[in-house]
Amino acid sequence: MKRGEPQEEGEKAGLPTAALLVENLLLPVLAVLTGLVVGAIIVAVSSSETIAAWGNFFRAPTAAIGATWKAVAIAYGALFKGALGNPADLLTAIRSFQASGDPAPLYKAIYPFTESLVNATPYILAGLAVALGFRCGLFNIGAEGQFFMGALGAAYVGYSIVGLPAFVHLPLALLGGALAGGVWAAIPGYLKARFGAHEVVNTIMMNWIAFRLSDWLLFGPMKASGYRPVTPNVEVTAELPRFFPDPLRFNWGFPLALAIAVVVYWFLFKTTVGFEIRSVGANPDASKYAGMSVTRNFVLVMSLSGALAGLAGATQVLGVDHWVGAGFSAGYGFDSIALALLAKSHPLGVVLAALLFGILRGGATNMQSMARIPIDLISVIQGLVIIFVAAPAIIRWIYRIRIGRVEQTVLTRGWGK
Amino acid sequence: MTGPSLSTNRPPWDKQRLATGTGLLIVGLVIFLLFARGTLPGQTSTFGMNAGGTALLIPDLAIPVQPGLYALILVTVFAGAWQMARGGARSAGWLIGIAAFCFVAAFLIWATNEKSLNLVGMLSSTLGRATPIALAALCGVISERAGVVNIGIEGIMLIAAQTAVISASMTRSLWIGLVVALLSGALVAAAHAILVIRFKVDQIVSGVAINIFGVGLTSFVAQRYLERDVDFLNNSGTFKIISIPVLSKIPILGPIFFENSPVVYGMLLLVLVLHVLLFHTPWGLRTRAVGEHPRAADTLGINVYLTRYVNVILGGIIAGLGGAYFTLGAVGRFDQNMTAGKGFIGLAAMIFGKWTPIGASLSSLLFGFADSLQVKMQILSVPIPSSFLAMAPYVVTMIVLTGIVGRAIPPAADGTPYEKQ
Repeated sequence: MKRGEPQEEGEKAGLPTAALLVENLLLPVLAVLTGLVVGAIIVAVSSSETIAAWGNFFRAPTAAIGATWKAVAIAYGALFKGALGNPADLLTAIRSFQASGDPAPLYKAIYPFTESLVNATPYILAGLAVALGFRCGLFNIGAEGQFFMGALGAAYVGYSIVGLPAFVHLPLALLGGALAGGVWAAIPGYLKARFGAHEVVNTIMMNWIAFRLSDWLLFGPMKASGYRPVTPNVEVTAELPRFFPDPLRFNWGFPLALAIAVVVYWFLFKTTVGFEIRSVGANPDASKYAGMSVTRNFVLVMSLSGALAGLAGATQVLGVDHWVGAGFSAGYGFDSIALALLAKSHPLGVVLAALLFGILRGGATNMQSMARIPIDLISVIQGLVIIFVAAPAIIRWIYRIRIGRVEQTVLTRGWGK
Repeated sequence: MTGPSLSTNRPPWDKQRLATGTGLLIVGLVIFLLFARGTLPGQTSTFGMNAGGTALLIPDLAIPVQPGLYALILVTVFAGAWQMARGGARSAGWLIGIAAFCFVAAFLIWATNEKSLNLVGMLSSTLGRATPIALAALCGVISERAGVVNIGIEGIMLIAAQTAVISASMTRSLWIGLVVALLSGALVAAAHAILVIRFKVDQIVSGVAINIFGVGLTSFVAQRYLERDVDFLNNSGTFKIISIPVLSKIPILGPIFFENSPVVYGMLLLVLVLHVLLFHTPWGLRTRAVGEHPRAADTLGINVYLTRYVNVILGGIIAGLGGAYFTLGAVGRFDQNMTAGKGFIGLAAMIFGKWTPIGASLSSLLFGFADSLQVKMQILSVPIPSSFLAMAPYVVTMIVLTGIVGRAIPPAADGTPYEKQ
């Protein structure tokens, strides 16, 4: 069975590549675009000036359209400037660097873009976590809690051990994060495998338990001196080194996440264990009949998935914040569900989708401060993206796309099976 | 069914019997170690038995702590011994229930040691806290009986809670708010129905999308609008408690069942109505047929798609009522993410209640009790961190789900899209 790869997407039923391109590239892109368009409508509708202008539509139709355009342009302009930086600023910065040799303006100009990469780092890892679960037919919607536990684990190793050299301390702290997340996910994984308790409900419950536990930890045993409920700063030896001077927070977490994406790809598609995982995901009954242990794979995949989500939390602590406070996770875990679906659970897709989400998140902060649009608009867009990705028929209907209908893979299963 | 089972093709019951029995004995030991060991003779726990103005005042229940705890340990140990000696498959459930009751009772006595706790007040708040969970569970029952898994109940309730409070605040009418909540519940559920029935989207994926969308949308609206004009948009007030004449004067039961918010009465009424509808009307028979074997139902001329649409949307209306409870029934304003997992706990209650309205609502009471207990314990200032107490409903949900799920059998076609041939 070693070389008996299951059919790759490319070979599936001998489909022409055009159909595959439509399915795996065009439809997700259109799904994101449609989500952004609906987001734009929400921005326009929620602006009082736009509403007022539409009230006078019959007297001044161009004003109404102009006001709408303005509201959307301000919001999305702030979004993309906040995420990618202003190209004009970058050009002047490069010129002044060549003239004077002072890198400070250059750093300032690339700051927004590096922040987007900083945001993409936990997205890559958490997205891989959810995608790995999907490949085995498991829906891990507890990435949020695992992320939090991973961050706390990494922080604990990071601040409590003093005097280790960085090459020992940093891997140890990362491992602490992965372990905490892995254990947190292994519990619902085991309950699913042994008792058939559905992982969706249990991982959500584990999220809430994680939030309560972290409340206790941050106000109690892990609290730094002072009155704020935060952990102490991690030791410098546990920090993921940064590439640029402050305030640029771009750090080794990003290349690490990319490397792990490659490892996950290799693991899923080039190893026997990965084959078993995908096979259990595709058809648990047939896999059982072929002699694979479904329960063992469930526990293994949930643990690995949790470890990836925990690692996402660890990179966030060790590379970016250096301490953990209440509300630390802030949606990375939940967003990663949309991300993994968008990526069709493929590691390469996860990286691309994570870059997109990192950009959206980086820009959303700017949008909130510049255009006063709440950051939660991004969640609305993500919810819509999930729907559009999961229901390609809607996108095909909107854009009249006919070619390339591919059988949808089953992602999840019902209660207690 | 006492004594070892005679059937040979099952795993020997003996082993499981010993394991369960040992588990019960361990519960007894835990009660001793955790609660009974530190008590002194002569201490008492006082439980208040009155809440509101009942006609007859019942004297408070004063339980001597030490004898009370040892009696509970004795009962637990006896249950364990019985189970080991001659327990069967049927008695195991009862004995585990007895042991669980003893544990909770022991915990209460220990926590109330030399203090006083209003027991009836706690049970009354149990019903209130169980209400949104029960409504979520009923939403689950009605749509899953027709074969559609709706995991987006949390999102539906959140959206309904917010639309309810906004419309009620603007119109100064709680009833308009309630109607809007029901309508918005129906609307979101209709979106779920269209996605999973018409477009055959994976039902769990669609539900998760609705949850994420619901959290995002309500937070967006809360920050963009509600925070700016709280008085006009986010200050609805709550439904007045309605005391049912005569009945509310009954001691103990009166304050628990007959002095409540209209939403609670609505929930209780819905349980009965849904029970009758599902099991004693042609409509219920059709619904269950569609959930068990849609092809057979289709052959008999039942419109599978229509039945599913109707049930999912009805479920959405029920979840909308559950959402309204959070704002119009409980606190009178919207807070971000205020449903706090109740929609998912409702799904666990539905499974624990074996997809029946009565079972689902009874198991909701269990979760409501865990929730109400943790609040009361925080007030009693027991030596357990409040964060751990607050975990109680979630932990209970996981335990219940784990313990029951293998034995609770969902409708056969639950979660699978129907393809007309």
